[in-house]
Amino acid sequence: MSTENGISRRAALVKVGMFLNGVVGVFLAVPIVRYLLSPVIREKKTGYESWLSLGGLEQFPAGQTRLATYKNPVVNVWDGETGDVPCWVRNIDGQKFQVFAINCAHLGCPVRWFAQSNLFMCPCHGGAYYQDGSRASGPPERGLFQYHYKIEEGKLLIKAGEMPTPGQPVANKAGGKTTCA
Amino acid sequence: MRLIQQIGEWFDLRLQLGTPIRETAEHRVPRETASWFYVFGSAALTCFMLQIVTGILLALIYVPSAGEAWNSLQTLNHGIALGWFIRALHGWGSNFMVAIVLIHMVQVFLFGAYKFPRELTWIVGVFLLLVTLGMAFSGQVLRFDQDAYWGLGIGASIASRVPLIGPWAVNLMLGGPIIAGATLSRFFALHVFVIPGLLIAFVGVHLLMVLKLGINEWPMPGRIVRRATYIQEYHELTRKDGIPFVPEAVWKDIFFSGFILLAIAVCAVHFGPFGPSGQPDPRIIQTAPRPDFFFLWLYALLSFLPPSAETPILLIGPAIGIVFLLALPFIAGEGEKSWKRRPIAVLTILLVAVALGTLTQLAEHTPWSPAMDAWSSVPIPGEFLNGRTALERHGALVFQVKQCHNCHSLDDQGGHRGPALDAVALRLTEDQLIRQVIQGGGNMPAYGKNLSPAETTALVAFLETLHPANQKPARNASQAVALGASEASSR
Repeated sequence: MSTENGISRRAALVKVGMFLNGVVGVFLAVPIVRYLLSPVIREKKTGYESWLSLGGLEQFPAGQTRLATYKNPVVNVWDGETGDVPCWVRNIDGQKFQVFAINCAHLGCPVRWFAQSNLFMCPCHGGAYYQDGSRASGPPERGLFQYHYKIEEGKLLIKAGEMPTPGQPVANKAGGKTTCA
Repeated sequence: MRLIQQIGEWFDLRLQLGTPIRETAEHRVPRETASWFYVFGSAALTCFMLQIVTGILLALIYVPSAGEAWNSLQTLNHGIALGWFIRALHGWGSNFMVAIVLIHMVQVFLFGAYKFPRELTWIVGVFLLLVTLGMAFSGQVLRFDQDAYWGLGIGASIASRVPLIGPWAVNLMLGGPIIAGATLSRFFALHVFVIPGLLIAFVGVHLLMVLKLGINEWPMPGRIVRRATYIQEYHELTRKDGIPFVPEAVWKDIFFSGFILLAIAVCAVHFGPFGPSGQPDPRIIQTAPRPDFFFLWLYALLSFLPPSAETPILLIGPAIGIVFLLALPFIAGEGEKSWKRRPIAVLTILLVAVALGTLTQLAEHTPWSPAMDAWSSVPIPGEFLNGRTALERHGALVFQVKQCHNCHSLDDQGGHRGPALDAVALRLTEDQLIRQVIQGGGNMPAYGKNLSPAETTALVAFLETLHPANQKPARNASQAVALGASEASSR
């Protein structure tokens, strides 16, 4: 066996070894990437949203806008209070409702309701919305995000479970619903 | 003494590090670089080491759980001996580190240190700036309070605007559909493992290149950097007029680092730790979230960008900035180093500094936000009420009750979202006032549906009184002509 052959054989073995490691690396990378992407790849096909009760209709008098809270459907014990999500419920006339996300459509800060001037105001960058959630002034590009709602057995239910953000198709769909002034 | 030397020799025979360390320490640097201008890099490294030590100390107590983090911060502040001091050191160390990294960057930019052959040193430095800011933001999240919670909401809202992958980016950032335990856990992993790992790696490469290529010489006007000749010229300079780094230059680094550590400790003792503010409970909506100092300029910028331009500017602006910083050594890799011959560089620094300073200053006062409690807690000054009619005073009441005061100030009291109304009657006629109140416009909501005609009349009557005693309110001259001279004079 010549020296030259010996070197080339060892070089070939190094290459084979590296190839083997590459194969194992890819084999390991797939589950790792899948693990990292688990918040994006929904475990259930239904996604994060489900119908949640905000309580009896008697809590929301006609013509008024009240703060309500729901427990996020996907919670862990260590989430603490972050799983308790507030929202604004507007009872338009005793029949029709509007349920607004607490998050400003600009950058997600918590909007506050001012019953006297019938405005929602945001403490962060000064966004303001009318009582029907439509944009009144300030930096928001659109009105408040709205949840789909339904009434069952005297209870107000909303479809929720995901923080609404300006780029979300779901939020845009609900917000684009015809609003009643 | 002899024993210590023997122990030292025993180790060096095995480690064989003594000679390379001595050679590194005594490597020759250009004489002028033993300057107080050249101490910021080592000071930033000192801050980083302080952050590592205090960070590990905090990790002994801190619980990275959304349900417990805030309580563990309270324990650190109040329940553990000097826990507050370690938190204060870490918080102030963070502020000092960002500040010194920025000063270091300005200094090397103005001294032309990014030019050939130190392009890669600069590029790694840009990454070091980015990971330092990443540490600052993720650290703010670990202080899991109201500001952290809603700050995450702002971050998610910005991330959601990325075209196509926006919603996925939000879920990845939050670790799920909402800000919750998974969010804090991943920011903990970033702040404690991922970003510090990158920082250490980048610092290592950065320092290695400073040693290999030599410290940037003091820029002399007229001494031009040319790729063909620079390295030879630099070696000539260090050979002819060089001094050993240790101890000729290093004593200034040591003194400045000590001074910075002292300043951090003094700030920590005097000002104490940062927060935490209120509990991270989304049900507490009586809050005005604000970012930490180094992101205040961004907070201000976000309120001034026009709605239609906001998303493109938010997404493209930082990318352009980073690409420019990375491309800088390739655009201007040769030529003059001295700031005395680089007016555009100096003007750029001044412009950026003034812009960031102004935005930060504005964010301290947030004039764009309504004063949420002004309507119920800031009374109208007496001078605007004395000697007014019953109708006008009723209008003043409407002004308060309808939250006008939240956005409009009187005698500098109240909100500054809209214009001050101390002399509004000089600017707008009665008809214009009615129109503005009812229809809104110019960033003011329309109040037509929220005011009865009687309330509108009273409010406008009050607004009509808002003018200096010696100046008459604005009036519509054409109206006077149309109505006839007699009616106009009777008004």
